[in-house]
Amino acid sequence: MSPLLAAILAPGFFGSEAVHIALGVGTLVAIVTGAVGVFTVMRGQSFAGEAFGDIGTTGGSGAFLAGVGPLWGFVVGNLLAAGAMEAIGIQRTRGRDLATGIVLGASIGLAALFLYLTTTEQSTTGATVTILFGSAFAITRSTVPLILLLSLIVLALVLVLYRPLLLATVSPEMAAARGIAVRTIGILYLLALALAAALAAITIGSILGTALLVGPAASALRLTKRPLAAMLTAAGIGIGAMWLGIVLAYDSFEWPPTGHGWPISFFVVSIVFVLYLLSGLPERRRRHRSEDQRDALPAEVAAPESR
Amino acid sequence: MSESILQVQGVGVRLSGRTILDRVNFDIAPGEFTGLIGSNGAGKTTLFRVILGLQATSAGDVLIAGRSRAGRHRQVGFVPQKFLLDPDLPLRARDLVGLGLDAHRLGVPRPSRVRRALVEEMLEAVDAGRFADTRVGRLSGGEQQRILIAHALIARPRLLLLDEPLANLDLRSAHEVVGLLARIAREQEIAVLISAHEINPLLGVMDRIVYLAAGRAVSGSTEEVVRADVLSRLYGHHVDVLNVHGRVLIVAGAGDETDLAGHEGAFPETTVVS
Repeated sequence: MSPLLAAILAPGFFGSEAVHIALGVGTLVAIVTGAVGVFTVMRGQSFAGEAFGDIGTTGGSGAFLAGVGPLWGFVVGNLLAAGAMEAIGIQRTRGRDLATGIVLGASIGLAALFLYLTTTEQSTTGATVTILFGSAFAITRSTVPLILLLSLIVLALVLVLYRPLLLATVSPEMAAARGIAVRTIGILYLLALALAAALAAITIGSILGTALLVGPAASALRLTKRPLAAMLTAAGIGIGAMWLGIVLAYDSFEWPPTGHGWPISFFVVSIVFVLYLLSGLPERRRRHRSEDQRDALPAEVAAPESR
Repeated sequence: MSESILQVQGVGVRLSGRTILDRVNFDIAPGEFTGLIGSNGAGKTTLFRVILGLQATSAGDVLIAGRSRAGRHRQVGFVPQKFLLDPDLPLRARDLVGLGLDAHRLGVPRPSRVRRALVEEMLEAVDAGRFADTRVGRLSGGEQQRILIAHALIARPRLLLLDEPLANLDLRSAHEVVGLLARIAREQEIAVLISAHEINPLLGVMDRIVYLAAGRAVSGSTEEVVRADVLSRLYGHHVDVLNVHGRVLIVAGAGDETDLAGHEGAFPETTVVS
């Protein structure tokens, strides 16, 4: 190993299976969340994305109590939540936050119970921390096929729905006038969002999952003006944040206090946040340079339902 | 088989006990430019939803090119009432026009020379080449309107519906949009049905007017419809029609109702450029 690489990567980085899995899953999940996240931000459903993350806590802790893998908990919990949100009325702009909030509240109540039972009966906080804050290093080899399958399903869903979903996002009225089944498209998208949030949860923890879903997408929206380019950019930012996060987390075993690695999730979320701040710079510079040029002046304020 | 592109036949709509539309009748011929005039709440948007097949009727039917249901989405283009687009939406004006071509298809659009050429041609037709690569959310109201029109027209409909396209446009943009629509109707034989609460911007260009008040409609040429006796009968109380320097003012006669179309002079004073 070259001295430079050796300085960046602590010994054994490439030999560790946990690192291999983390890198692979991190890449896959970053691509999925990038593609889904762009639509989440465009549709103003970031709150629903956040809710799925939190609801994942219920599913994850439930799965732990039931003795199955946390990913199953995230997936089943989020799908149930998506059904409940749809039933309460997430498709109406006005009812959207209400539907999300009600389901979220009920679900976190359950999570409180499950996490309480987990910690008291098993006298361990390890599971709680893993579910809430995740660890890509803790993903077992046997979970990988399911992650791959879910990722492919979500990616296929978003790419197949791409055109009608895009128009329905810009204007449900225009989409309906074109004969697009706006409601069905909305439900299928909610499904993709629920699964993407579950994938984000298994990688960086249930309550931090939104960061991966919304952060890279929000940055990408500032950097490009084409939807497909935004999806690719978001995926790229997500992959960069995952890889750098994994390297730093691996290296952090050597940082004080030695022997206790810092969580990957902390690094990933921090990197995503910093990148979001940086992504505002080109726009700000452009606006500064051409104060009176029309392109820099937004014609309208942001859509009222953006959240 | 009639040669009308649109036939509205005795359409009635009741929503939770309220009558929104009541026996509305009119026909539109191919290439005709029609103004659907009425104040807010007169039922204009509901009528559009009926024509688009998005609102069920409680009476009557709507025929597009002589047919009741089939192929409606291909025959009718629609420009919705002014809505706010997020300025950060990663969508260039030309992308939105392109979606007009194939948004109903699944999958990601494959770039092709034909598709690009069609979009380019449509952008030229609405004189939007200058801002084709700007994000749609950052365009002015008039520019967005042109892009929405291009989006609706690129699928080659035979009837174009526009819901209040002139609301919130400044005087000049409104004139430009009306001129553009009149030209399209003439050159491409596309019937245009445009709703407005203000009659004057449309006066010179309308082949036909459909005047809507409290869910009921009269239709005909401007001379036939915009008359004190006809509109008084429609409103159910006396109104005066005044001609002032080639502009029309419709005012309540005895009563003090002022929510009539054409009130307050030539153009709405609420015209605001976004």
